[in-house]
Amino acid sequence: MNFLEKENLTSAENEPLNFLEEKRRIPSKEEMQRALEERHGAELQKKFASASVAVCGLGGLGSNIAVSLARAGIGRLHLIDFDKVDITNLHRQQYAASQIGMDKTLALRKNLRAIAPYIEIVTDTVKISEDNLRELLIGDDIICEAFDNAENKAMLVNGVLEYFPEKYIVAASGMAGISSANGIRTRKITPRFYLCGDGTSDVTECSGLFSARVMLCAAHQALAVLRLLAGETEV
Amino acid sequence: MVKINGADTDMAGKTVSEYLALTGCNPKLVAVERNEEIIPKAQYDTTVFEDGDTVEVVSFVGGG
Repeated sequence: MNFLEKENLTSAENEPLNFLEEKRRIPSKEEMQRALEERHGAELQKKFASASVAVCGLGGLGSNIAVSLARAGIGRLHLIDFDKVDITNLHRQQYAASQIGMDKTLALRKNLRAIAPYIEIVTDTVKISEDNLRELLIGDDIICEAFDNAENKAMLVNGVLEYFPEKYIVAASGMAGISSANGIRTRKITPRFYLCGDGTSDVTECSGLFSARVMLCAAHQALAVLRLLAGETEV
Repeated sequence: MVKINGADTDMAGKTVSEYLALTGCNPKLVAVERNEEIIPKAQYDTTVFEDGDTVEVVSFVGGG
């Protein structure tokens, strides 16, 4: 059997139509909580469960950050994006091919619900601007900047640091291209501002975006959030 | 001396706006902190770097 034939046999066309929706018993809230406590320790899990984290932008960074945080049992996730799922997103963003055309907020909420049925997920399908960010983010403890446009990144970081001196912002800059993974790092710029990425790989200059490298940066951001909640403020 | 992004510079007396123009940085793409505090964009024209300041200018690049 050659590779292509084998591939055909394992494609979605040969799967039962409802293979993703297969009805199996979902663990109870208490079972999920016990499993998380077993992995993270009860004390730390309590901190995760009582946190509210905003994810601003639900693309390659934001959708992957949200998956990590949902798996960790963050109590309240606030998902914000104005955009819809596009076919060009699928190579690095946490959406299914069947979700093209859906609002990213709603598609991601559905995907996170399948992973973490009992966390609170709040969505805002809007474009974040200087005018609405104060109102939007007032209820969140930690804000993840996960935009793709450099000017929007700067706008959000400046806005949060200016208007909410008590909150933390975890931002990203420089994860485009296919350079070494080891260039991606987390820096503490101020006690409230953490920055992940290599700092230089611009999407307009590098050859595209690669899932693994964007996910690395998203993982840095998600880990920075978990560490802050754990009281670990150094990098 | 003013330490900017880890390097000693002679930018004391310059405003944030003057520094950004001198170094070719687009003010819309940066966040500037001085002594661990963010400088609001509205104050770039009036905030003057002083001798002994430690400054970090974060220039954002696209991708996400």
